[in-house]
Amino acid sequence: ELFIGNCYAVSPARATARFTRVRALHLKGRPRFADFNLMPPDWGAHFNPWVLAFAKACPWLEKVYLKRMSVTDDDLATLAESFLGFKELVLVCCDGFGTSGLAIFVSKCRQLKVLDLIESEVSDDETDWILCFPEGESHLESLIFDCVECPINFEALERLVARSPSLKKLKLNRYVSIGQLYRLMVQAPQLTHLGTGSFSPSEIAGQGDQEPDYVTAFAACKSLVCLSGFREIIPDYLPAIYPICANLTSLNFSYANITAEQLKPIISNCHKLQVFWVLDSICDEGLQAVAATCKELRELRVFPVDAREDSDGPVSEVGFQAISEGCRKLQSILYFCQRMTNAAVIAMSRNCPDLVVFRLCIMGRHRPDHVTGEPMDDGFGAIVMNCKKLTRLAVSGLLTDKAFDYIGRYGKLVRTLSVAFAGDSDMALKYVLEGCPQLQKLEIRDSPFGDAALCSGLHHYYNMRFLWMSSCRLTHQGCQQIARAMPRLVVEVIRSADEEEMDVCVQTLYMYRSLEGPRNDAPKFVTIL
Amino acid sequence: MERRVNYENDLNLMATELRLGLPGCDDDEPQRKTNPSIRNNKRTAPEISEVSSSESSSSITMSGSDDQDSPPPAKEQVVGWPPIRSYRKNCLQSSKRNEVEGMGMYVKVSVDGAPYLRKIDLKVYRSYPQLLKALENMFKLTIGAYSKREGYNGSDYAPTYEDKDGDWMLVGDVPWEMFISSCKRLRIMKGSEARGLGCV
Repeated sequence: ELFIGNCYAVSPARATARFTRVRALHLKGRPRFADFNLMPPDWGAHFNPWVLAFAKACPWLEKVYLKRMSVTDDDLATLAESFLGFKELVLVCCDGFGTSGLAIFVSKCRQLKVLDLIESEVSDDETDWILCFPEGESHLESLIFDCVECPINFEALERLVARSPSLKKLKLNRYVSIGQLYRLMVQAPQLTHLGTGSFSPSEIAGQGDQEPDYVTAFAACKSLVCLSGFREIIPDYLPAIYPICANLTSLNFSYANITAEQLKPIISNCHKLQVFWVLDSICDEGLQAVAATCKELRELRVFPVDAREDSDGPVSEVGFQAISEGCRKLQSILYFCQRMTNAAVIAMSRNCPDLVVFRLCIMGRHRPDHVTGEPMDDGFGAIVMNCKKLTRLAVSGLLTDKAFDYIGRYGKLVRTLSVAFAGDSDMALKYVLEGCPQLQKLEIRDSPFGDAALCSGLHHYYNMRFLWMSSCRLTHQGCQQIARAMPRLVVEVIRSADEEEMDVCVQTLYMYRSLEGPRNDAPKFVTIL
Repeated sequence: MERRVNYENDLNLMATELRLGLPGCDDDEPQRKTNPSIRNNKRTAPEISEVSSSESSSSITMSGSDDQDSPPPAKEQVVGWPPIRSYRKNCLQSSKRNEVEGMGMYVKVSVDGAPYLRKIDLKVYRSYPQLLKALENMFKLTIGAYSKREGYNGSDYAPTYEDKDGDWMLVGDVPWEMFISSCKRLRIMKGSEARGLGCV
């Protein structure tokens, strides 16, 4: 398997020359902050040159995994036509293609086992791609299309599921009603991963209409361990999933706006749960219920229903602390909130020593500890001090340079660091660049770091995959200095799409090591120094 | 109190770290250092924000053509913050209840034969039965039960709506969320016209 963490670090030609018998290709493209509209679209990361190069040089390619890349319908056609035994396609956070591309792809890939479309943008070309799966028995093991925002041909899907005996993973989009879900589950009780689609009925249930026996359908799926979906949930139907709660290791309610009361009967049976994604609509009380039961929890993500800075935050340090006390095996947390305290973060650092990923997002910018009024330095300091396995950290709230001093001093294993609206001076960035030898990916926005700080990382940039700095205090001169000093670094200055000339201040710096030098597909708003 | 940082004198202060905060600033405000950028009309230097003492209301945006002298409106959202992908935001917005002040989804409702129209907020309802019940109460009429095959047959009234394409559709055929996002106005049809619907 060939893994390329940055598609611009090496060219397709070089990769195919070097590795000729590649069976699986794993490529990553755009930087993560592009997901939050911090960069105009069409920046790059095109799959096209890769598929063409591999079509020529590596006909045995079976599996392609892409993250944050632009894939066109033609690319999908090329993929299906050039690789006879092609088996697995996984597209995460990708865009550029539509249902017509999918139609061609599935019709030509006769050996297809996996088609996973995850958080990708798929345009609705009004093509019935489900109907294009070839007739006869299919080899499908995984079909994930919950992100596809257009209606599908349900009858065709039902027939497809019926003729896919190996199907283990099925994640439906929100155009599949709960009645239709029932019909699919009856065809495929062997499923291990299920995305339930809308989880609400499609039409007004008439007075005398009989509702299918959802409980029995769920009970029949004895191998079900991973449940998600609930895109337009009508909570009255939740009891249907009671039979399988005890088996679940992964539950994703992050699109289900449910209350603590609605959650409790479910979660109190989920003793084996290891991964839990949820909305903050469950409040601190819901988190307390999670903490009470889910002793095996490894990963928790709490997303906001109302993702604005000044929204009411239904979760706070109370739920956070409860989780830390109940879920001692926690390894990964992503928590959005409006109020937090150092004490709770310190508590988590002590209660959950196995933490590898710690991402706390206090949504109001520059917000201090809401009880003491202090910056959040000590909380994050405790995390890097006590969580000895920590490799990924995202900070927020009011932070002074002191927090970064801690990170540089104790965060020796940190590989990925995300910083936003934090720090007082260049010293903060210096601490990190000088103190964290494992740092690979650094993404910073809206923090007062300038050219001097940038220069302090010269010794380390070749060891990093990338550095992103937007709305900081960099100038062209400063970036130019770096570009001159480090020939194997591609230094991109990105401005907003409507800006004509270059400004003295740099809106966004994105730089990464590369064997190839400046790329030739850069759009107008990118200047490579 | 607004704190504004003046740049015209700052061109030579790049290397020094001079604080220019006005006396009486909040301790909370972390941005005290000078910015080495030249002040120009085109856009604000990054990272400088005008902060009112009660809440941070920085207006750092991608288009960057803000005139720095004018105070940003209160509660203006910053691009890409909090860091939630727009896909997720959009999904939740459509299924969120109407908790946000003033953000209703008002559509006109006409009833054949009635002297004037009414307006209702679609966001208040979560399903067709709720909506139909509300319409029945508002206009003192009976709409009856929907069936996929027959529409609202058996009733004197049929609820219809104008969709984004300008077509008049029978209420109830499509999933609720799809209906809300495409409904521009409602018309409750009456009489023989109504009885004919659903049998096409």
